[in-house]
Amino acid sequence: MTTWPILFITTFLPILGVALIYVMARGSDEVANRTTRWIALWTTLVTFAVSLILVWRFDPSQTDFQFVEKGTWLATGINYHMGVDGISLPFVILTTALMPFCIIASWKSITTRVREYMIAFLVLETLMVGTFCALDLVLFYLFFEGGLIPMFLIIGVWGGPRRVYASFKFFLYTLLGSVLMLLAIMALYWNGGTTDIPTLMHTAVPRSLQTWAWLAFFASFAVKMPMWPVHTWLPDAHVEAPTAGSVILAAILLKMGGYGFLRFSLPMFPLASHDFAPLIFTLSVIAIIYTSLVAMMQEDMKKLIAYSSVAHMGFVTMGIFAGTIQGVAGGVFQMISHGIVSGALFLCVGIVYDRMHTREIAAYGGLVNRMPLYALAFMVFTMANVGLPGTSGFIGEFMTLLGIFKVSLPTTFFATTGVILSACYALWLYRKIIFGALVKPTLMTIKDMTFRECLTLFPLIALTIWFGVYPKPVLDMSAASVQQLVNNYTTAVTAVKAAALLQ
Amino acid sequence: MIQAIVFLPLLGAILAGIIAVVGAHGRNLSGDTVEHHDDAHGHGANSHSTTAIDEEASVIHESHDEPGHDDHGHGPTEPAAAGSRAAELITTGLLFVSAALSWFTFVDVGFLHHDARIALFPWIVSGDLQVSWALRVDTLTAVMLVVVTTVSSLVHLYSIGYMDEDPYRPRFFGYLSLFTFAMLMLVTADNLVQLFFGWEGVGLASYLLIGFWYQRPSANAAAIKAFVVNRVGDFGFALGIFAVFALIGSTDFETIFAGAPGLAGKTIDFFGWHPDALTLACLLLFMGAMGKSAQFLLHTWLPDAMEGPTPVSALIHAATMVTAGVFMVARLSPLFELAPTAQAFVMFIGATTAFFAATIGLVQNDIKRIVAYSTCSQLGYMFVAMGAGAYSVGMFHLFTHAFFKALLFLGSGSVIYAMHHEQDIRNMGGLWRKIPYTFAVMCIGTLALTGFPMFAGYFSKDAIIESAYASHNPLATYAYVLTVVAAGLTSFYSWRLIFKTFFGEPHDQGHYEAAHESPLWMLIPIGVLAAGSILSGFPFRELFAGQGVEEFFRESVKMNPHILEDMEQMPHWLGYLPFVMMVIGFVISYVFYIRRPYLPVELAEQQPLLYKFLLNKWYFDELYDAVLVRPAKWLGRFLWKKGDGWLIDGLGPDGVSARVLDVTRNVVKIQTGYLYHYAFAMLIGAAGLITWFMFGLGGQ
Repeated sequence: MTTWPILFITTFLPILGVALIYVMARGSDEVANRTTRWIALWTTLVTFAVSLILVWRFDPSQTDFQFVEKGTWLATGINYHMGVDGISLPFVILTTALMPFCIIASWKSITTRVREYMIAFLVLETLMVGTFCALDLVLFYLFFEGGLIPMFLIIGVWGGPRRVYASFKFFLYTLLGSVLMLLAIMALYWNGGTTDIPTLMHTAVPRSLQTWAWLAFFASFAVKMPMWPVHTWLPDAHVEAPTAGSVILAAILLKMGGYGFLRFSLPMFPLASHDFAPLIFTLSVIAIIYTSLVAMMQEDMKKLIAYSSVAHMGFVTMGIFAGTIQGVAGGVFQMISHGIVSGALFLCVGIVYDRMHTREIAAYGGLVNRMPLYALAFMVFTMANVGLPGTSGFIGEFMTLLGIFKVSLPTTFFATTGVILSACYALWLYRKIIFGALVKPTLMTIKDMTFRECLTLFPLIALTIWFGVYPKPVLDMSAASVQQLVNNYTTAVTAVKAAALLQ
Repeated sequence: MIQAIVFLPLLGAILAGIIAVVGAHGRNLSGDTVEHHDDAHGHGANSHSTTAIDEEASVIHESHDEPGHDDHGHGPTEPAAAGSRAAELITTGLLFVSAALSWFTFVDVGFLHHDARIALFPWIVSGDLQVSWALRVDTLTAVMLVVVTTVSSLVHLYSIGYMDEDPYRPRFFGYLSLFTFAMLMLVTADNLVQLFFGWEGVGLASYLLIGFWYQRPSANAAAIKAFVVNRVGDFGFALGIFAVFALIGSTDFETIFAGAPGLAGKTIDFFGWHPDALTLACLLLFMGAMGKSAQFLLHTWLPDAMEGPTPVSALIHAATMVTAGVFMVARLSPLFELAPTAQAFVMFIGATTAFFAATIGLVQNDIKRIVAYSTCSQLGYMFVAMGAGAYSVGMFHLFTHAFFKALLFLGSGSVIYAMHHEQDIRNMGGLWRKIPYTFAVMCIGTLALTGFPMFAGYFSKDAIIESAYASHNPLATYAYVLTVVAAGLTSFYSWRLIFKTFFGEPHDQGHYEAAHESPLWMLIPIGVLAAGSILSGFPFRELFAGQGVEEFFRESVKMNPHILEDMEQMPHWLGYLPFVMMVIGFVISYVFYIRRPYLPVELAEQQPLLYKFLLNKWYFDELYDAVLVRPAKWLGRFLWKKGDGWLIDGLGPDGVSARVLDVTRNVVKIQTGYLYHYAFAMLIGAAGLITWFMFGLGGQ
């Protein structure tokens, strides 16, 4: 069908942009900066356009990996192997779709080392797309961990005053997880003789190894998610990161944990997943209630949104390990929706931060009086964050909760309290920032969103409402793959249960 | 046609919204710097010159100091938004079209039996979860369509007059139409999820409208309170939907109703407790209804919601949105009929609310709050009928109540308008001479509410009391006694409002002198509603509470099969009891506020505890604040500072780095720089090495 390696192009096109920037935008004067920005923007736009071809040619009825590319690489069993299925494709599109917004959002707020900044972002895009497309464990590991480096630099170089502490914390947490995952990858290699993911998915893994490998992968993905109690790096990283960095962090990097659970934990270690599901449920419920309560008391806008992200990711982990179709599909949808909504919320914070250079909630109030467009955009995303039906935030929350009801009623009960708590913190934030009389002297001359800022937010508003009213495109894309994943999972679990009964 | 009824208000909302946004953007310039040295990226607004900025700055300075508590929005300092009149006419016009079509549908469905089910497009499709957007119209829906669009169109018309000084009218009308759309989606829902969409949609519109005057802290607080308390109810509603799906595997009403009888005897494991599955599902769903309809325990948001403009109170917090809970129970009647325990609970909550809210209404002084507590109480009546299985009777009261309560609110609005934003009835008095038209319609509303013979409320409310008497519900006697007592209380507080407002001596001479009748925009809708308060009773009696129920409602509600017959067999003399209670309430009120005005004051002084208890609304707000709000805040702060900061970070990254630093510090101490320290260390090392070689290796 495909005569040209379309996945390869989607993945590595940003590197071409890096090369262009390197060649064409020498120096650090304004002209070079402008060239850099435009090259970066066009690169991300073209990458997005190319990735749309993937959607167009993707056959959602197939459960196999599509657009597969294979080449020999390191050793026997370790190959360059790429491909997408219904679970990974939405994430690829999310990544390529959000990158242009990040570039536009950084247009004016980044004035130092523009070249290096854009290069970091483009490299990051390659690594992120690679992570979602990789079909070889070693390749996956490389992309997965490689993404840390540009992100570490983005926070550490262009971040806020406590950027060193934040990037150090980010690094420390992630390091521990990845070391363990590397060990597990080696163990899987010795067990199956290959690191090829589709092969490993059909290789039976001994029960004892399942447990240990599951735990090792869990260590890495739980930090990424982040799940309670390894979430404390996230608020700090968000607070210090520049706006676009926060967007990428919340919208895409967090999704790698969930994607990892779907790609590795559930299909490769179904028995261990089943055994550990109560642990995941407990942690998810704690995350939802705990971080929502903490979010309510925050004084920093970004921290509040960061904590609410942790709560929303709790719904995702809960849904995935419910092992039901609605749970898993809801988890995927929730991640996509959260990518759009939390990304947009961080863009909203960035807009006022660029004007006032503070994220203190107390420094704002009454913005609606001078920024009606901003108030409108913020309202839509606040409601999506709250999970109002008609916005994309509702679909994921609803499906994950519905999916887990049959599996664990107490989990559903406690997780649903998140519905109340999210309304508390989100509306409180909106009231403090947007509503009220405009009395703070510093805000008297603040102005509404510019065309560039509208360009970053209004498409996201359209997506939020579109997917809220008609989520079918995303649900259909992943339906077959989710169905297969759930079938394999239940087959494996019931087989063991039946065997246990026979004994 | 159904599509037109539902989506015309949405069209109006979108158009008004566009007018509002474009207008607001025209008044507020774009720019990403506070000093405004670069608006090269701005659009649209750039045509404005610098003078516009100066003008605008002065406007902002003038407009943000609002008087503390008035009901009528902003002073005339700010010019009206561009296109205000266009937005008003578009939304109101579309609503009237929608209302006309609704009446047509009412006849078509109710009498000609042309039920409709229109599938629009799929919504959530995943595995066996199949939810689609669909419009379902049966008699139950048709009744609601008529109520919603009629009241909404009249409120739109009224608002043109009432909001004439407000500078943000396009936004207001946009919200009103948005609300109407969400409410119509709610009543035409064909499955639980779409019902939930409408449910939350009206919640959003209510939040936006209560907080319409966003510069007031009290309005913002009330808006958030309304949303959050409703969300507490929605918590139960959502769980109920999950339970129904888990039991039946569908959210479509048809499938649920078909599958429900097969669930008898099934139980759900709920924290080790095994309740009947259907009862649990019904109770959870009813929790949503309690939130939306402001029933006992979840009622606290409704009185505060009076912070919104008065037309909003009439439309949302009296006639339509708050009745959504009643509608939901009626819609799910095939489920509730199978869960008698849940029905008993519904009746208990309804009766308790009817009584409890009426007692608070006795002593309130804010004209809108009195009517709000009255709404709460009347909703309780409707739930009593639901609990008795007399769903059509509850719907009858919903139908009549929509007219006379909207009338009372809009009449109160007319009084407030006349009194220049005064809402305290202690400052009114003697107004009947100044605003005779408003006085007349308020009297009609009160007669209807208190159940005066031949007025609308007489038929519907007495039918409810009868249904409570005739019901075989274990709590029937409880409900009967409380609803009869509440009828007396209703009469008392309603006439108290009339007497204190329209009779006696004016308490505020200045306001009294300036009082004037409202413009025609407002008087026409009130007149129509007054007619409705009389005409919605008798002509519809047979359809809702008589022989015609079976023929009229058909499959749309599943009535208790015996309730209507049993109501007929009630002893005749008992039927007069509510009427007697109403007369007693009227007489006491007359004595208290016309003949012997010192009596209530003395009574309040003699019973200070009771008076304070009622005046402070049974201390529910204080209780919730102490039990829920404060602990949640404390817990949030505790978990943040101690949980995240001290425990997790302390043991995690900060702890690790601190230990690493400790180690390095100690290592640094070893490096003293003295030659003999190093020489000594070397000597020990060498000795150790030799020892190891001699014994360790030599040992092998």
